[in-house]
Amino acid sequence: MPGGHGHNGHGHGHQFRHHGQIREYMVALAGNANVGKSATFNQLTGVDQDIGNWPGKTVERAEGILQHQGHRIRIIDLPGIYSITALSTEEQVSREFIAHDHPDIVVNIIDASALERNLFFTLQLAELESPMILAVNQMDLAAQKGISIDFLKLSTLLGVPVIPTVAIQGKGMAELSDAIVTAIRTRPKPHVILYGREVEDRIQKITALLPVKAGDYPARWTAIKLLEGDPDTVWEVKKESPDAVTAARTFGAELETMHGEPVGTILSGERYHAAEQMVADVVTIQTAGQQEMNVTEKIDRLALHPFLGYLLLIATIGGLLVWTFIIGAAISEIMLHYLSLLAPVEPLISGSVTDIVFNGAWTGFVAALTLIIPYVIPFYLFLALIEDSGFLTRFSLMLDRGMHKMGLHGKAIIPLVLGFGCTVPACLSCRIIESPKQKFLAAFLVTLVPCSARTIVILGVVAAFVNIWWALALYLFDFILIVVLGRIAFRVLPGESVGMIMEMPDYHVPSVPVVVGQTWQRTKSLIWIVLPSYIVGSIVITALYALGFLEPINTLLSPVTVLLLGLPVMTGVVFVFGIIRKEMTLLALAAIFGTTVFSTIMTPVQLIVFALVTMLYVPCISTILALAKEFGWKKTLGITALETGLAIVCGAIAFRLLSLVM
Amino acid sequence: MASEQLEEYLESILDIEEREGIAKTSSIARCMKVAPASVTEALQTLADKGLVSYVPYKGANLTETGREMASKVKRRHRLLEVFLSDVLHIGEGNIHDEACKMEHTLSDETEYALCKMLNAPARCPHGSLIGPCDRQVGSCTECQDNPKLAAAYPLRQESLVPVTSLTPGQKGIIAFIRGDSGVVQRLTDLGLTLRTEIKLVRKAPLQGPVEIGVRKTRLAIDHAIADHIFVSAGRETS
Repeated sequence: MPGGHGHNGHGHGHQFRHHGQIREYMVALAGNANVGKSATFNQLTGVDQDIGNWPGKTVERAEGILQHQGHRIRIIDLPGIYSITALSTEEQVSREFIAHDHPDIVVNIIDASALERNLFFTLQLAELESPMILAVNQMDLAAQKGISIDFLKLSTLLGVPVIPTVAIQGKGMAELSDAIVTAIRTRPKPHVILYGREVEDRIQKITALLPVKAGDYPARWTAIKLLEGDPDTVWEVKKESPDAVTAARTFGAELETMHGEPVGTILSGERYHAAEQMVADVVTIQTAGQQEMNVTEKIDRLALHPFLGYLLLIATIGGLLVWTFIIGAAISEIMLHYLSLLAPVEPLISGSVTDIVFNGAWTGFVAALTLIIPYVIPFYLFLALIEDSGFLTRFSLMLDRGMHKMGLHGKAIIPLVLGFGCTVPACLSCRIIESPKQKFLAAFLVTLVPCSARTIVILGVVAAFVNIWWALALYLFDFILIVVLGRIAFRVLPGESVGMIMEMPDYHVPSVPVVVGQTWQRTKSLIWIVLPSYIVGSIVITALYALGFLEPINTLLSPVTVLLLGLPVMTGVVFVFGIIRKEMTLLALAAIFGTTVFSTIMTPVQLIVFALVTMLYVPCISTILALAKEFGWKKTLGITALETGLAIVCGAIAFRLLSLVM
Repeated sequence: MASEQLEEYLESILDIEEREGIAKTSSIARCMKVAPASVTEALQTLADKGLVSYVPYKGANLTETGREMASKVKRRHRLLEVFLSDVLHIGEGNIHDEACKMEHTLSDETEYALCKMLNAPARCPHGSLIGPCDRQVGSCTECQDNPKLAAAYPLRQESLVPVTSLTPGQKGIIAFIRGDSGVVQRLTDLGLTLRTEIKLVRKAPLQGPVEIGVRKTRLAIDHAIADHIFVSAGRETS
C-alpha cells in the first residue's frame, strides 16, 4: 500500500497511545512456544529496539518498536503458550494482556508444519475477538516435509489476513509489516467458529443472558468460560447476571452426561475438530518429502541415548566450567591489564573530590566491562545456542528423573541454567512451571545458583588469590547445597508436585540473528543495571568511607563478621554493599582497603569464607524485588532470612574447619 | 474347577506372560505353589473354556477373553490393596493375601464404587499399574461428578493399554485419560483429545519421561502422567 497513509479518524481513539506527535499503535505477538515468535520479533523490531527491558519489570514480555510507512508500532512479544485456559501464569498474563490492554492487532504466529495444534490456539485467540493477523511461519520446514498450504482459503475460513513467513531468514517480514499497517485501519476480526450443534446452542443461550460486553471480555468468550466452569469468570459474572451462571451450570452438566467428558475437554475436542477440518481444507501433503524429517530423529538417538546422552550433558557442563574458570578468567585478566594501563584501577580514598569521583567511576566501569565481556556475553551466547537449536529441551528430558528427587521436573532445568547468568530473569522464567509449589521451589533453588556476579566474586577472590581448586570446590559445595535444600524444601513445603509435559521441538541450525538478538536482549538488561550501579556505587562507597560513615556499620556487624566468621571488621560494610549487587563486594573491598590484591588483606581461609558467605547470603536487591513480585513479600523475606542464616552457619563452620587444615 | 481358582490361574498366567512372553507349566506351578501336574490339568480346563491357548510342553497364553477376565481380576485386586492400605490402614504385609481372597467376590457395582471412592488411583501400594475400568467413560472426572454409577455406561468394546506399555514406534488411539481435570485439560490442550491417534516415539530409561507423537508434534510426558493415557493399541510401524 502507498506509504504514510493518514492515521487519523480510524479505529477507536481510546485505544491509541500518544508518543509525542505521532500516534503509537500496539501489536501483540502471540503463539505456541517454539514457532519462531522471537525470530519474528527480532526481525520486526531489530533496527529500533526499545530500552526498557529492566530485569524484574517487563521481562515477562519483550517490547520493541517497528517503524513502518511512517507509523510507530510498539510490538509486544507475549510468552509462548498452547492454550488460554489460564491454567498457568503465562497463559493468564497473555489472556489478560489481550483483554485488558486492547492491542490494536494480535499477530498470531503459527508453525506451518504443525498446523492442527497451532490452529487450536488460533481458534481460542479468535474468541477474544481482537483484530488479528495470522503469520504462518517456518514455511521452509513445512515445504521440506512436503506440506503446502492454501493461504487464500485459510484466510477466507478465518476471516483474517494470512501471511506466509520464514522469520529466521527474514522472508515475508515486509509483507507482514504491510499487513499490520493495513490491519490497523481495517481491523480485521476473525470469524466466529461455530461448535457442534448441542454445544453451540447452549453457548448462544448463555450469551443471550449476558450483557453485550461483560467486563473486558466478549460475551461469547464469557459464555464459553462459564460453560467450562472457569472459577474466575463465574465469580466475576455472578453479581451482574446470576441467571447466566445458573444456566451455564445446568448446560454444562447436560453436556457432560451426553459426551461423557468434562466440559473443558469437550470444548477442546470441538476446537481440535474444527482445526482438523480446516487443515483438511487447506493443506495438501506430498509424501515424497516425508523422509526428510529424520534429522531430528538421528540427533535424538545420540542426545537422548541412555549413556551417550548423559555423556553429552556432562561434556556440556564441563565445557561451561572450563570456559568460566580458565578461559573467561584469562580474558578478564588480560582486559584488566590493558585497561589499567589507560588509568589506574586502584580506588582512591583521599585527594580532591574530582579525583575520587573520576576514580570511582573508572573502577566501576572497568569492573562492569570485565564482568560482561568474558563471562556474561559468552554464557548468554551459549545459552541462546542450546536454546535455539533445541538441545535445552533434551537436557530437560534427560534430567527429568533426577529433578523428581527435589520435587521438580525437567522443565526446571531451564530456570536453573538461566540462573548461571542472572538470577532475576531466571526467577521470572520459573513461570513455565505449572504448579505453584514447584514454581516457588524452583525460584528458591535458582536464588542459590551461582550467577555471573557470584562467579566473579569466587574467581576474583578465591581463584585469583587462593587457587582454582578451592574456587571449583565452592561451586561444587553450592551444587550439593542446592540438591540437599531442594530435597528438604520439597518435603516441607505444602502443595503437590505434578509431572512434566513439554513439547520436543525439531532441531535446527541456530540462526545468527536470533542467537545474537537473544544474547543482546539479555546482556542489555544487565548492562543497564550493572554499569550505573557500579559507577554510582563505587563513588558512594569511596565518599562514605572518606566521610567516616562506615565505622558504625562495621562495629554493629562485628559480632557476626569477626566473631563468627573470623573476617576483618571492615568486611561488615562490604556485605551491606553486596546486597545491592554481589559483585559490589569486590569493588567495596578494593575501595575500603585501597588495594585490589586481596591476599595482602586476608588470609586464604578468610578469602574462602568471604566468597562462601557472599555466594549464599541475601539475594541481591533486584532478585528480592523480582521474588516479591512473583511470590509476595512474606515468602521473599523468608528466603532472604533463610539464606542469610545459612550463609552465616556455613561460613562459621567453614572458618573453623578450614583453620584446622590451612 | 472353582471360579476362584480359575481366576487365580488367569492372574498368574497374565503376570508370567508379561515377564516371559509365554507361561510355562513350571513357572505357573512355582508362582501358584502347586504341583506341575495340577497345573497341566488346570490348563486343560482353561483351554476347554476358551480362556487360554495351551500347547503341551511349551506353555500357555491367554486368549482375548482370558486376558479380559484376568485384567479385570487384577484391577480389582489392586484396587482392593489401595483400599486396605489407604482407608483401613492394614499393614503392607497382609494386604496382598487379603486382596487375593476378596477379589473374587467383588461385584461390578462394588468395583466401580470403590474406584470412585478412592479417586481412581493409578497404582497399587506396590507400585503396579491399575488398569482402566471396562466402561466407556472418557475420563474419571466425568464418573466422579456424575451421581449415576459407572455401571450405567456401556461396556468398552476393545481392551486398553496405557501408552507407556506400547513399544517404541507403535501407534494407538486414545480411548481414556485417567486423572484430575487439570491434567486432562493440559493434555487435551496439547492435542491429546479422545479418539486421536498417537505414537510412542521413545521411552527414557529408568521410568523417565516418554516421548509421544501427536498431530505432527512431539511431546515429552512424565511417565506417571503418561500412565494415565489409555489407548487401544494399533499395529507397529518402523
